Amino acid sequence: MSDLNWETVCDASDLLPEIGARALLGKDQVAMFRIKDKLFAVNAIDPFTNAAVLARGIVGSLKNQIVVASPLLKQHFNLETGSCLEDETVSIKTYAIRENDGKIQLALK
Amino acid sequence: MSKQRIVVVGNGMVGHKFIENLLAHEKADDYEIVAFSEEPRLAYDRVQLSKYFSGSTAEDLMLTSEDFYKENGVNYVLNEKVTAVKHDENKVVVASGKEIAYDKLILATGSFPFVPPIPGKDQPHCLVYRTIEDLEAITASAKESKVGVVVGGGLLGLEAGNALQNLGLEVHVVEFAPRLMAVQLDEGGGNLLRKKIEALGVNVHTEKNTQEIVAGETCRYRMNFADGSHLETDMILFSAGIRPQDELARNNDVLEIGERGGIVINNNCQTNIENIYAIGECALWDGKIFGLVAPGYQMSKVAISHITGGEDQFTGADMSTKLKLLGVDVASVGDAQGRTPGCLSYVYQDGVADVYKRIIVNAEKTRLLGAVLVGDVEAYGTLQQMYVNEMDLPEMPEAMILPSIDGSAASAGMGVDALPEGAIICSCNDVTKGQICCAVQDGSVTIGDIKANTKAGTSCGGCVALATQVMNSELTKLGVEVITDLCEHFAHTRQELHHIVRVEKIKTFGELIEKHGTGLGCDICKPTAASIFASVWNEYVLENQHAGLQDTNDHFMANMQKNGTYSIVPRVAGGEITPEKLIVLGQVAQKYKLYTKITGGQRIDLFGAQQHELPLIWKELVDAGFETGHAYGKSLRTVKSCVGSTWCRYGMLDSVGMAIRLEDRYKGLRSPHKIKFAVSGCTRECAEAQSKDVGVIATETGWSLYLCGNGGMKPRHADLFATGLDDETLIKYIDRFLMFYVRTADRLQRTSVWMDNLEGGLDYLKSVVIDDKLNVNAELESEMALVIDTYQCEWKTTIEDPEKLKRFRTFVNSDEKDNTVVFVEEREQIRPATEEERVRFVNAEEVAEIA
Repeated sequence: MSDLNWETVCDASDLLPEIGARALLGKDQVAMFRIKDKLFAVNAIDPFTNAAVLARGIVGSLKNQIVVASPLLKQHFNLETGSCLEDETVSIKTYAIRENDGKIQLALK
Repeated sequence: MSKQRIVVVGNGMVGHKFIENLLAHEKADDYEIVAFSEEPRLAYDRVQLSKYFSGSTAEDLMLTSEDFYKENGVNYVLNEKVTAVKHDENKVVVASGKEIAYDKLILATGSFPFVPPIPGKDQPHCLVYRTIEDLEAITASAKESKVGVVVGGGLLGLEAGNALQNLGLEVHVVEFAPRLMAVQLDEGGGNLLRKKIEALGVNVHTEKNTQEIVAGETCRYRMNFADGSHLETDMILFSAGIRPQDELARNNDVLEIGERGGIVINNNCQTNIENIYAIGECALWDGKIFGLVAPGYQMSKVAISHITGGEDQFTGADMSTKLKLLGVDVASVGDAQGRTPGCLSYVYQDGVADVYKRIIVNAEKTRLLGAVLVGDVEAYGTLQQMYVNEMDLPEMPEAMILPSIDGSAASAGMGVDALPEGAIICSCNDVTKGQICCAVQDGSVTIGDIKANTKAGTSCGGCVALATQVMNSELTKLGVEVITDLCEHFAHTRQELHHIVRVEKIKTFGELIEKHGTGLGCDICKPTAASIFASVWNEYVLENQHAGLQDTNDHFMANMQKNGTYSIVPRVAGGEITPEKLIVLGQVAQKYKLYTKITGGQRIDLFGAQQHELPLIWKELVDAGFETGHAYGKSLRTVKSCVGSTWCRYGMLDSVGMAIRLEDRYKGLRSPHKIKFAVSGCTRECAEAQSKDVGVIATETGWSLYLCGNGGMKPRHADLFATGLDDETLIKYIDRFLMFYVRTADRLQRTSVWMDNLEGGLDYLKSVVIDDKLNVNAELESEMALVIDTYQCEWKTTIEDPEKLKRFRTFVNSDEKDNTVVFVEEREQIRPATEEERVRFVNAEEVAEIA
């Protein structure tokens, strides 16, 4: 993991529990979440509508997977793997995320 | 083969039913139909006629439309009287002299009100109660009258009495017989009905034989009775029974007529002339006239069956009735008088609660022959089924009318399982037990589904309790356990969670799921919990502990549209807006390049705002005096209104004023689904209030309140809930109704579906809201008061809080704009680019960048 190219995007306090936030990592829009003290980062663009809305979805658990629901058409995406629960042929990109010295950092995997 | 022509004389409920059934018949194409109506309009619902006085219009009562007839190739002539039948030429003659040939002739001419031959009966304010025109005459007469008399204490007479009371008159009912509803009720039932009706302020005079109507001293007329007494009144409504309208047959002199009137028919509904049929109240079968609509409907089916080569027979009809007269429940089954030789009867009388029940059984106590129920008609469905299906009585027949000790309705002594498959559960729509069971097998699991899929319970609603029992029994048999869990995290319904939140004073989702759920929650239970917290505690929705529960619309307090941008709808209460505010909306839209559109709810929708722009736009709107319109929430949206009495020449009351008052009262109330209201200033209904969850219509006597309509996916007219309300009562009822709905509905359940699923439906809702059956109204009102007292404009609170504003940033680490949002212009405004346009646009940009 140490060879990842980490980029600081915001203060740790800017990422509130279970409320998503969006960051730019290069050209990628990244949706970040803090759930039960774990951090998750996935691409923010909903593949079903191509709108950058996933940071604004409700997070939770379904069948023991941690998910975000797209606010547009309500598909669920596994936040660890990026796969869509309703359509296994669809998945979204995931990113490395960590909290380091009071900052939230992102990196391409 | 050329089509056979069927001429239908009379376009009342039965004549229309005949046409409707024939059009639906598989051989419909073999026939052409010509219909004649003496009235100026096509068939309307005469059974619901008195609704005309409580705000319904002639249009609402229509059973069909000219368009429907035209689309289906039915030729019809209105305002035309058929005067003669030339049966040897197979022709009818109309008043203008024209002759029309037929292959089959259907006489559905109905009946006319009987007016006793009393001297003075032909004066101007002496009227009858049968057609819409009659009702218009009654309304006009009532305006110039203070006292009204109904002659006749039967079903229709009491209905007419109810109408006059609604029109604000002092009402008297004069009956020749010793008791009310002498045909349907026995003495005990009639006496109790009288007592109850008198308690409602209607004066009942029995054993009165009117001898003459002369000029009055204190009122317009004086009625002199045979016993020497008299009564003064300004208007008189005759409702002393009906006579078959058989004039046409009489003019023919070959068609057979009964001794006391009525066109004689056989079991095929044929008259003595082979290709002439008579159906409905003009027809005499086995010496009987059937003065109810259901037997007429049966006859229409039998006649069609015979014409098309089927074998249906008319073998008599069940005349059992259940109804609410002046708010009193009354029901009668079979031989209610106990006239069958050797019969026995059981009577239950409760002088405290004013309930009277009697059942009449045969000498062997094995068959039910009849029943009378006044004040409590819960047993009607069971008793009527037992009677019609000639079922075996339980060992102790009295159990069927005795109150159950544990309060359950099961004591009726018969489960629905005992009913045969063919038992008619809904007689209005002819739905059998078998059909309901089939619907359940095909996937119907709620009474709402049953109504939608079988039509059972969709007319008078009297069978809903029984239909529900049939459904539940079938579900149990199928081994279906109806799972009502909200989602995988909570094994509770929304209603139960609401209860838990209130009782345990739970204020956060964390506490709720820890104590009563599992897992992390999801996009089903989190917004549900957020809505419950909002309607119980009404805290600011963007507090950290609540914000993550909100759907994006509630979180960003705007409506997310297809490309991830939002639309903004400021509150414009009642649709009333000043020119200054209109200009501000235009200026803001111009400045932020927003698409503008007037919404269906009389507001202005501004589309295309990006996440980071929302607070900037709202700052300007709040400064100009706007507040959030909650267009994003499952909450009160708008109260639509017409201009009402302030401007409109027809307006009865100030609909705009009331709309604004209601919108201001309930703004911000979170509920299981979005709620819309409308207020119309008169029965012309320009605000379309009957298509809303809460509809208010001004009438001469006050507000009429309609509930549980909607214009959504399954449009539904609202039901008339109460009439003649003053402002305070109107608001009190709406307070209770809304809170009861908020407490008990399922997630995303509209008021219409909610009411369809309430056992007892509209009547039950009335008993809760008006009569406080559950003894919760004080609580409901104080809960509503709390929500109203804690109202805040969520946008105003938000723009004053820098911490909350941070959440509106598009990116936490950049001021760049979201490059997925692309607009193009259409009709001089923006709209989201289509996928194709977007790809082209983005490519062009990238090319430009590289260059």
